[in-house]
Amino acid sequence: MKWTHWLLLPLLLALAAGLGYAVLSLPDRAQGLQSAVAAQLDQSGVTNPVTAVLLNFRGYDTLLEMVVLLLALLGVWSLGASAPACSQSTPGPVLDTLMRLLVPVLVVVAGYLLWAGAHAPGGAFQAGALLGAAGVLLNLTGGRLRHGLGRVALRVALVAGTVAFMAVALLTLLGGRALLEYPPAHAGILILLIEAAATVSIGVTLAALFLGNDATSEREQ
Amino acid sequence: MEALLSAIPWGPVLILLPLAAGIVCFVFPSTAKTVGLLTVTLVPLAVAGLGWRLLAHGVYHHAIGGWGAPLGIDLQADGLSLLMLAMTAVVGFGVSLYATGYFKAEKSGRFWPLWLFLLAALNALFLSGDLFNLYVTLEMIGLAAVAMTALEGARGALVGAMRYLLATLVGSLAYLLGVALLYHGYGTVDLGLLAARVTPSPAAWAALGLMSAGLILKTALFPLHFWLPRAHASAPAPVSALLSALVVKGSFYILLRLWLEIFSPMSGGVAGLLGLLGGAAVLWGSSQALRQTRVKLLVAYSTVAQVGYLFLAFPLAAGMGLTAWSAVVYLAVSHALAKAAMFLAAGNLMRFGGHDRIVDLDRVVQRLPLTAGAFALAGVSIMGLPPSGGFNGKWLLLQAAVTQGRWDIVGVVVIGGLLAAGYIFKVLGHTFTQADVPHEPIAVPARMQWAAVLLAGGAILLGFLAPPFLALLAVGNPFAAGGAGS
Amino acid sequence: MSIASLYALVGVGLFCIGLHAVIAYDHLLRKILAINVMGSGVFLILIALARRGGIVAPDPVPHAMVITGIVVAVSATALALGLMLKVAAATGRAELGDEGGD
Repeated sequence: MKWTHWLLLPLLLALAAGLGYAVLSLPDRAQGLQSAVAAQLDQSGVTNPVTAVLLNFRGYDTLLEMVVLLLALLGVWSLGASAPACSQSTPGPVLDTLMRLLVPVLVVVAGYLLWAGAHAPGGAFQAGALLGAAGVLLNLTGGRLRHGLGRVALRVALVAGTVAFMAVALLTLLGGRALLEYPPAHAGILILLIEAAATVSIGVTLAALFLGNDATSEREQ
Repeated sequence: MEALLSAIPWGPVLILLPLAAGIVCFVFPSTAKTVGLLTVTLVPLAVAGLGWRLLAHGVYHHAIGGWGAPLGIDLQADGLSLLMLAMTAVVGFGVSLYATGYFKAEKSGRFWPLWLFLLAALNALFLSGDLFNLYVTLEMIGLAAVAMTALEGARGALVGAMRYLLATLVGSLAYLLGVALLYHGYGTVDLGLLAARVTPSPAAWAALGLMSAGLILKTALFPLHFWLPRAHASAPAPVSALLSALVVKGSFYILLRLWLEIFSPMSGGVAGLLGLLGGAAVLWGSSQALRQTRVKLLVAYSTVAQVGYLFLAFPLAAGMGLTAWSAVVYLAVSHALAKAAMFLAAGNLMRFGGHDRIVDLDRVVQRLPLTAGAFALAGVSIMGLPPSGGFNGKWLLLQAAVTQGRWDIVGVVVIGGLLAAGYIFKVLGHTFTQADVPHEPIAVPARMQWAAVLLAGGAILLGFLAPPFLALLAVGNPFAAGGAGS
Repeated sequence: MSIASLYALVGVGLFCIGLHAVIAYDHLLRKILAINVMGSGVFLILIALARRGGIVAPDPVPHAMVITGIVVAVSATALALGLMLKVAAATGRAELGDEGGD
């Protein structure tokens, strides 16, 4: 740490004090949107308020956020070749057995979380994170994931969630409604469809981010 | 016909069209150029449609999901948003035209999805009326911009991109903390609702400070500009054009909106500080630009200076709001066109000679007349000579400053103009001369030269378009809200 | 001071510690980790204050914001790490060199 950075400390202490004072000055009762959410929850198609906010009330943010994830992967891929992430040695028997036990469990729990997101904590991102973890585990124990998906299939899997979301958005627009205004009768099914596609996309994207620039994306040019 | 034009949801179209195109380019890289060019041709048409809608029906409003604020997210557009969208569409078209000639096949497949997602994010930013949504669009823009900066993998570009990424992430987090404080203080993140609810309080002051600091870091206002020169200079030429012309304007737009709608009752001293930093930016950026030996670094420092002009209007707005803010928008839009043209011209120079050292520019005027002309025309706007958009902007700024007796700001603008003339003519002078060691010229495709000329011509054309420009700006009265306007 | 405020103050502390570290340390991995700590601080503030003053049900909107924020943070961290590896490969060390800091 350079000596100039010791000068930062009083400044940052002042910042912390100021922010702390601002936080303490906030009103004691939350004036947030819980009542507004609760009032419209039965129109949203799900019973879990967080999922309702994430996929319905503020679904547009979720759509953009899936694009952010895709952008990160695009960025990593466009950086070009780098050192291979893991060695290609075969795993020992303990790791191999553990992987064979854990990966199916991860996939099943991911499926459960996806389904449970409608009425309990869960949903696309949580399930997708588990799938991503399964992918990372597969890669760490022998790199078997590399041979999983062909070029185009991989890309389709990566964009499936965003495409599903945008297809629903387009349908709502063509139906004369506002953007992403789900018809209340079908909202639950639409949300589940979007979340299912998103789970796959998020899982594959996270695993691909871990792999870095893999061989399939280099071969394509 | 009119019913059809009214029925089309222009806002969502402007966002979804580039998103869909980006996805197509990603899944099928071989189609990237075609899809890309088609999209950047359609987007200006959609902006025109939105403009028609604004003129016919007033402020555009679209409640996403049908819920409406504060529960849902609202898209809204007034004159200011429309001009920003138009700027994005025109500059985007010119740069895309250039990019079709610039990138080889393999990089092309990487560039187009990134650029189309950036375009979607910029459109989403200019249309958004929700603070948290603005955070997500800021992150989209940041990641896309960093990925494009590092696209060609040069060592300088990688370091520049890394510094840019770190700076942009810190800025976004400061902004997000401000949003968190505002939400927990006032129960909503919608701009319109917050405008009505925010009162001066410790939480509001903290949010003002944090969000301003984060956005100033992303807009590269002195002294938080450290990341910009090398990031913009080492990126590929079309990417530099996009970064300097559009990306810095995005975070500036958010700052402007926050200022106008939410924080105007509290502004006072902060406005003075912003003006001071803006003046320092003008002087520092211009003098640094004079010292540079390479064209792209010179142009990048010029961006630092031009961003400073935008902030000079903040202390002037208390007295003559409409003039000062009109100056800001005029300067921002003209700068976008002119700076994009300059970076494209610089890219042509690099392609032509294999280098961009100013002293070694070899008879460019004779051999690349279009490029030299584009650089000169863009320089006219940057210097603020008539007729050009830059001149109109500076005129309005000086008018506001003189009327309020702010001779310090007048002085900064005048000196800034002189310094700008210095560095522009430095480059132009060397385009006439022969280099000590003549270089074998590499042909520059015609479309790359014409793209630069097109954008530079646009900057000059803005000089003649003041009445329609100002009329469009007034739609929806963006500068009257919150009491900052005159 | 309520429990919510206490957690929020911890969040403020994390934000400031992260900010200090991202400026003060040269190694890129430390900077990236510092940014993650800053992000965690902001998320903690968002969540902690979502349930204040004895309301039974917490406010779901900040929770959704934090989920979005986490995904964004993960994406940005992934890109930053990839870029760091490239910088290290190109320059021989995982630091920003010339101007470093800030």
